Amino acid sequence: MSTSIHIKRGLDLKLQGAVANSAITGCPAHSAAVEPLDFPGFVPKLTVKEGDNVLIGSPLLCDKNSTNVHITSPMCGKVSKVERGERRRIIRVVVEADKEQSAVAYDTDKARKGNAEAIRMLLQESGLWVMMRQLPYAIVPKADIIPTNVFVSAFNNAPLAPDHDILLSGKEKELTAGAEALGKLTSGKIFYSTRPGSNVPVPGNVEHVEVSGPHPASLPSIQAANLAPISKGESVLLLDAVTLARIGELILTGKVNWQCTVAITGSEVKAPRYINTCAGAKLSTLLDENIKNSDSHRRIIAGNVLTGTNAGSEGYLHYPYEQVTVIPEGDDVAEFMGWASMSPSKMSVNRSFLSALLPGKRFTPDARILGGRRAMIMSEQYDKVLPMDILPEYLIKAILSRDIDKMEQLGIYEVTPADFALCEYVDPSKLELQKIVREGLDYMRKELE
Amino acid sequence: MPGGKLQSLQSVFEGFETFLYTPESTSQSGVHIHDSLDSKRVMILVVLALMPCFFFGMYNTGYQNLLAGGATEFPFWSIMAYGFLAILPTVVVTYVVGLGIEFVIAQLRHEEIQEGFLVTGILIPLICPIETPLWMIAVATAFSVIFVKEVFGGTGYNIFNVALVTRAFLFFAYPAQMSGDHVFVATSKIFGLGAQAPDGFSGATPLGQIATQTAGELHLTDLAGNAISTWQAFVGLIPGSFGETSTLCVCIGAAILLFTGIANWRIIVSVALGGLLMGWIANLCATPTYPASYLSPVSQLCYGGFAFAAVFMATDPVTAARTGTGKYIYGALVGIMAVLIRVYNNGYPEGAMLAVLLGNALAPLIDYCVVQANVNRRMRRLKAKVE
Repeated sequence: MSTSIHIKRGLDLKLQGAVANSAITGCPAHSAAVEPLDFPGFVPKLTVKEGDNVLIGSPLLCDKNSTNVHITSPMCGKVSKVERGERRRIIRVVVEADKEQSAVAYDTDKARKGNAEAIRMLLQESGLWVMMRQLPYAIVPKADIIPTNVFVSAFNNAPLAPDHDILLSGKEKELTAGAEALGKLTSGKIFYSTRPGSNVPVPGNVEHVEVSGPHPASLPSIQAANLAPISKGESVLLLDAVTLARIGELILTGKVNWQCTVAITGSEVKAPRYINTCAGAKLSTLLDENIKNSDSHRRIIAGNVLTGTNAGSEGYLHYPYEQVTVIPEGDDVAEFMGWASMSPSKMSVNRSFLSALLPGKRFTPDARILGGRRAMIMSEQYDKVLPMDILPEYLIKAILSRDIDKMEQLGIYEVTPADFALCEYVDPSKLELQKIVREGLDYMRKELE
Repeated sequence: MPGGKLQSLQSVFEGFETFLYTPESTSQSGVHIHDSLDSKRVMILVVLALMPCFFFGMYNTGYQNLLAGGATEFPFWSIMAYGFLAILPTVVVTYVVGLGIEFVIAQLRHEEIQEGFLVTGILIPLICPIETPLWMIAVATAFSVIFVKEVFGGTGYNIFNVALVTRAFLFFAYPAQMSGDHVFVATSKIFGLGAQAPDGFSGATPLGQIATQTAGELHLTDLAGNAISTWQAFVGLIPGSFGETSTLCVCIGAAILLFTGIANWRIIVSVALGGLLMGWIANLCATPTYPASYLSPVSQLCYGGFAFAAVFMATDPVTAARTGTGKYIYGALVGIMAVLIRVYNNGYPEGAMLAVLLGNALAPLIDYCVVQANVNRRMRRLKAKVE
């Protein structure tokens, strides 16, 4: 039995550089890194030193507030570097690969028998706990969370995102085991969302939901808001079905599988394709010879164009380890009176641009902001792409004025920064909405805890 | 250059630079790509949508002038030339005063010059009578830009529509000069163009005629003494403020704004419906005490500045209601009030301006109620779960 919902508001951005061929090329990485900034709410403390040898699944960092929660190594080898930024904040821990790869074997007996505490400990120690998020605050779940519900998204319709039919093919057993394990952590349901008609395996022990409609329909927080919105005092777990499969595999085999299928996409990529590599792999290895030759600057994004990280050519794959997008940077383009342009290559949802009248066209936007930062002038621009019962303008204003009561009343517990990515894209006032929401969530957490 | 001797012109320089070239700055946080629409384009689209009204205003000014002078032939190009010369000083004065103040304040705040005044600067000449003395325009523009916009923080922060406050300032500060039957028609020759109206000429607008009507049946006449039909009012060949007489041209502008999604259809539709409803009610209980009640609901929409206010003034996103539901209420309120003031207050022949300003004042309250409904929904959900 499955229910189906249709998300009406949203926007599918049509970009050049989608993967056309579903073949997966192997692409072994020589070094990989974990970056604690990918995991909001996790306060990193090193558990290794430079030069230490680690296995796949060995802890590299633990959370200062609950030392049982680890970020583990995706690779077997030697810790080659701990990079720090301002005020000695840990930016990344880099591991160089050994020839032979071996993994930590966890004792999963108790977890397999369905002991909730054992499952919780196992996930936290193995490094899979940090791959999930919780609402409220859109952070790594608190170690003692008892979620009201769990939302698993088994599709991704972000721009150029990989197809979960490919990421999850043949993972039925793992997904079922994962769902069984998470089922022990919650008293509520596990909502498992797929596209109607997709071939993604659906475990038997979940509430299957078919979700249609434009992006951000694939975000689990959006699904939560439309299926069972949370209230103050409640919390839910949000995760990708790929993480669910990893959890299942850990329960079944005792080892964490940090191999991942990554879509290499974007207008600056010669041959967009899927590759199989290790989480946190160095991007230069993945992009080797696959970037178009040109003198103009380009931006290498670990992730998609909405929520990804600007990693640079020397960067590493970032959480959630599923996609790389390469687009032109655009800081070397001089465009005369761009605001008056009638060029059909200008990408916009506004019908004063020819592009909005060409429904099938795919675009090659660059990273320019294309305008100056302004006060919120136009109204209801955000509402059109935020499919939640939230008044985004008012929530943003409450956040900017740091008004805790207002934020709470307007539903800050229900949102994640990623929900506002499309609002940020369409905003003619060019406000940094995701940053504003993240700061608001952090402020709430600091004040209320 | 920072610290250089041209430092004081930095805002102006940046303003022009970003106007000419799209900034090269790229995204530093959050999304990596942005929609091409920015506030410059939004403002320019509004100016573009105002152009039909502007050109028609030029024609109508010249036409009314010839009519007042008793001409029988109406050569197109000389009419347009006359209209252009008649409005040019007003446009120049508005932009010089308004932009001048914006430049100075942007520089004081060390901010980039913003483009909000591009629209305000063209709206002001459009909604003022053609014969408004230039010094009054200058004073009123300066007052609104400083006290309605800049003291609140600049573009995007104002509570009232800047152009409308300019008009209201003129209306209340100089009532003798700004109403009656002398300001709405250009009566003298400019550089030998146009015609000289006879002494004692009276050029009252249709609504002005209604307001001063004391008894008897309603007869609206144009400057030559012929009766005015609703069709004529729709096309706009009647005396009135420079750019707001033609409902036809307002409709063209509305089409541009609605197609590009710059103006909100909810507001325009609900203002029109509000006006029709109130016009219908007034017409049902028409009485000679209030001669404007004899106008049919459709004529209410065609005369005066009603259509212009509905399309260009009420839809100003900064001062209108910002929530979807709020827009219906706000629009209906503006429409009803416009006709209500027009019909039942003989002191003010035109109510659209005051109605929009009243709407502006109430918009935050309307939005508050809509937002509160959302909050209450959330609170009820919480309560239901707790129980």
